Amino acid sequence: MKQKDTMEIMVGLFVLAAVAALFMLAMKVSNLTTLNEDEGYVLYARFDNIGGLKVMSPVRAGGVLVGRVVAIEYDQDRFEARVKMAIDPRYDRFPRDTTASIFTAGLLGEQYISLEAGGEEAYLGNGDEIRLTQSAFILEQVLGRLFYDQAAQ
Amino acid sequence: MPARGDAGRDASVPSLAWLRRLGRRVLAFCSRLGRANLFILRVLAGMPSVIPRFHLVMAQIYHVGVLSLAIIVFSALNVGMVLGLQMYNTLVNFDAESALGPVVALSLVRELGPVVAALLFAGRAGSALTAEIGLMKATEQLSSMEMMAVDPVRRIVAPRLLAGVLAMPLLAIIFCAVGIGGGYFVGVGLLGVDEGAFWSQMQDQVDWSEDVVNGIIKSVVFGVVVTWIAVFEGYESEPTAEGVSRATTRSVVYASLAVLFLDFVLTALMFGAF
Amino acid sequence: MREGKRDADNEAALTGGRHGNLVELHGVTFGYGMRCVLDGVTLRFRRGCVTAIMGPSGTGKTTLLRLIGGQLKADRGQVLVAGQDVGRLDREALYELRKRMGVLFQSGALFTGLDVFDNVAFPLREHTRLPESMIRDLVLMKLQAVGLRGARHLMPGELSGGMARRVALARAIALDPMVIMYDEPFTGQDPITLGVIMKLIRLLNDSLGLTSIIVSHDVQEVAAISDYVYLLSGGRVVAEGTPRALRETASPWARQFLGGLPDGPVPFHYPAPDYAADLLAG
Repeated sequence: MKQKDTMEIMVGLFVLAAVAALFMLAMKVSNLTTLNEDEGYVLYARFDNIGGLKVMSPVRAGGVLVGRVVAIEYDQDRFEARVKMAIDPRYDRFPRDTTASIFTAGLLGEQYISLEAGGEEAYLGNGDEIRLTQSAFILEQVLGRLFYDQAAQ
Repeated sequence: MPARGDAGRDASVPSLAWLRRLGRRVLAFCSRLGRANLFILRVLAGMPSVIPRFHLVMAQIYHVGVLSLAIIVFSALNVGMVLGLQMYNTLVNFDAESALGPVVALSLVRELGPVVAALLFAGRAGSALTAEIGLMKATEQLSSMEMMAVDPVRRIVAPRLLAGVLAMPLLAIIFCAVGIGGGYFVGVGLLGVDEGAFWSQMQDQVDWSEDVVNGIIKSVVFGVVVTWIAVFEGYESEPTAEGVSRATTRSVVYASLAVLFLDFVLTALMFGAF
Repeated sequence: MREGKRDADNEAALTGGRHGNLVELHGVTFGYGMRCVLDGVTLRFRRGCVTAIMGPSGTGKTTLLRLIGGQLKADRGQVLVAGQDVGRLDREALYELRKRMGVLFQSGALFTGLDVFDNVAFPLREHTRLPESMIRDLVLMKLQAVGLRGARHLMPGELSGGMARRVALARAIALDPMVIMYDEPFTGQDPITLGVIMKLIRLLNDSLGLTSIIVSHDVQEVAAISDYVYLLSGGRVVAEGTPRALRETASPWARQFLGGLPDGPVPFHYPAPDYAADLLAG
C-alpha cells in the first residue's frame, strides 16, 4: 500500500511538472497571451503591395506592439490588398489621419505595419479604414527604378 | 532438407535468387505490418475495459513516464545549452544574437522537443516495455494469464499502450521547457544576451497554435507509434531469451526510424505548403 | 426445491456425472505446420483421479494441455471438458470454462511484478468482486494449504524454484477449479521439494475433490501418485493402465521408457547411413 501511494504521488508530480511546463510554453515562450480578434477593435487599411506581410504579423505604433494583422484579402474592384487589423482596445485614440506603413524589421526580419499618428482631433473607431498608407518596400522595384533613372540620365 | 532443395533450385537460376529473396522480404514485411494492425485493433477493443481500472494505467505511467523523467531532463538541459552555444556563435556574426531566444525556442518546440524526447522514450521506456512483455511471454506468464481466463491483451498490453500515449506528450513538453531553460542559462547567463530581448523576441515569434500545439500533436503521434511498436514487438517476440533480446533491439530501431520518418511527414503537413 | 434439483442436474451435466469422465479426448489430431504432433489420440480423465500422461520429450504432452485449455484447436477430433466441446466454444464461453480450470506451468509462471500475496489474489481480483478482507482470508487459506503463508510478502525473484511452483499451485486453486493440470511439475527439483510437490498434488486432489492431469516424464514420481497412466510416443498412445499394470506390460516400448533403457524401440542412434561406409566415404 505504502509503495503504491508513493507511486501515485510521483505520477501526480510528473503530471504537475508537465502542466507547469505547458504553462511556461503558453505564457512565456509563445504568443498565446497576445490579444485575439474579438478582444480588440478592428481597423482596415489598403495597400498597393503588402510584400511579405502575413496574418498574425505585428502592428506597431512608435515601435510598441498594439495589435496584429488578422486577415488579408485582395480587392478585385480596386486592385488593392485590404488588410484587417485587430488593435488592442487600450490604444483607442489614433487620429483619423494616421498613416499605416509596411516596414521590415532589420534587413532580413519580418514585415510589420507601423502606425504613425497624424494631427486630427477625431479618432479612428471600430471598422474604420486608414486612408493614408504606404506600401511595402520591394527591393526589386526600387532597384529597377534606380537603374531606369540611371539609364535615363 | 527442403532448404537444401531450394538452394539447389536457386543455383540453377542464379539471376532470380536475389529477386526471390527480395520478394520474400517484402511479403514478410507486409504480413508483419498486417499483424501489427490487427494487434492494435485488438488492443483498442480492450481499451474500454481499461478505463474503469485506471490504477493499472497509473502504474504504467509511473514506469514509462516518471522513470524516464531523469534522462529526459538531463538530455533536454544539454540539448538546450548546446543550441544556445551554437546558435549564438552563428547569430553573433550577423549582430543578431538577440534572436537567440526564438531560434532556440522554435528548434525545440517544433522539432527537437518531440523528436529527441521520442527517441529517448523509445530507448528508455519502449525497450523496457518490449523486454517486459517479451519476458512475460517467455516465462509463460501471458499463457498462464490466458488460462486464468484473463486476456493479456487487455490486462497487460492495453494499459501500457495508453500509458505510453499519455506520457509521451508530457515528456516532450517538459523537454521543451527544460531545453529552453538550458538555452536561457547559456545565452543570457553565460554569453550575455539581453534577457528582455531573449524572452520578448521569443514570444513574438513562437506561435501558440502553429508551433507549440503542432509540436504537441507530433509528440502524441510519436507516443502512439513508439508504444505500439514496443508492445507489438514484445507480444510477437520469440519466447526465448535470445528472441526477447532481438525483439528489444528491433523495438528501439524500428521505433526510432518510424519517429524520424513520421517527423518528416508531419513537418511537411504542418509547416510545409499549407 | 425445483431450483435445487435443476442445480444438481446442471452440476451433473457440467462435470460428466459423479463418477464419469471430466475430460475426454476423442481421436484428436494436431500438428504444427507440416509436423504432426498428435495423431488420433483418445484419452479419458476420470473425475477425482490423478491421471498422468507420460512420454519422451517432444511427443506433444504440453500440446495436449493447451488443447484441453482451449489455447490450441485440434485439427481433427474432439476435446470435451465437462461435456463441452472446447474447440467449438466462443471466446466468452471458453473464458467462463477456464475459470474452472487451473494450470500449473513448468516454470510456475508467477507474475514477476507482483509479490506472492498479489499473485495468489490475482484471479480472485480479476474474476470476483469480493471485498479486500475476504480476498485476504482466501489468499491466506490457499497459501496455508501449500505451506507458504509466511512467504506472502516475498517477490517471485526471491523464491526458490520449488517455492515458486507451490505459490503457482496456490494461485491455480484460488478459484476452486474442477480440474487442475500440471505441466512437468517434477522437473529440476531437489528430492525434498519433489516430495513436497508430490504430497501436495495428491493431497489437494483428494481433499478438494479435484481432477488432476499430470504431464511428466519422471517415471518414479508419477508411478507413486497417479491412479492411471497414459504412455505417449510419436503422437500415439502406446500403452495405458494403472502404474502397477503398466510395469507388467508386454509392450517393449513401455518397458524401455519405464525402465529407462538407453536402447530399444527408441534407438540410441539418430538415423544415419552405415557407420563403416560413412567413415570410408571421407
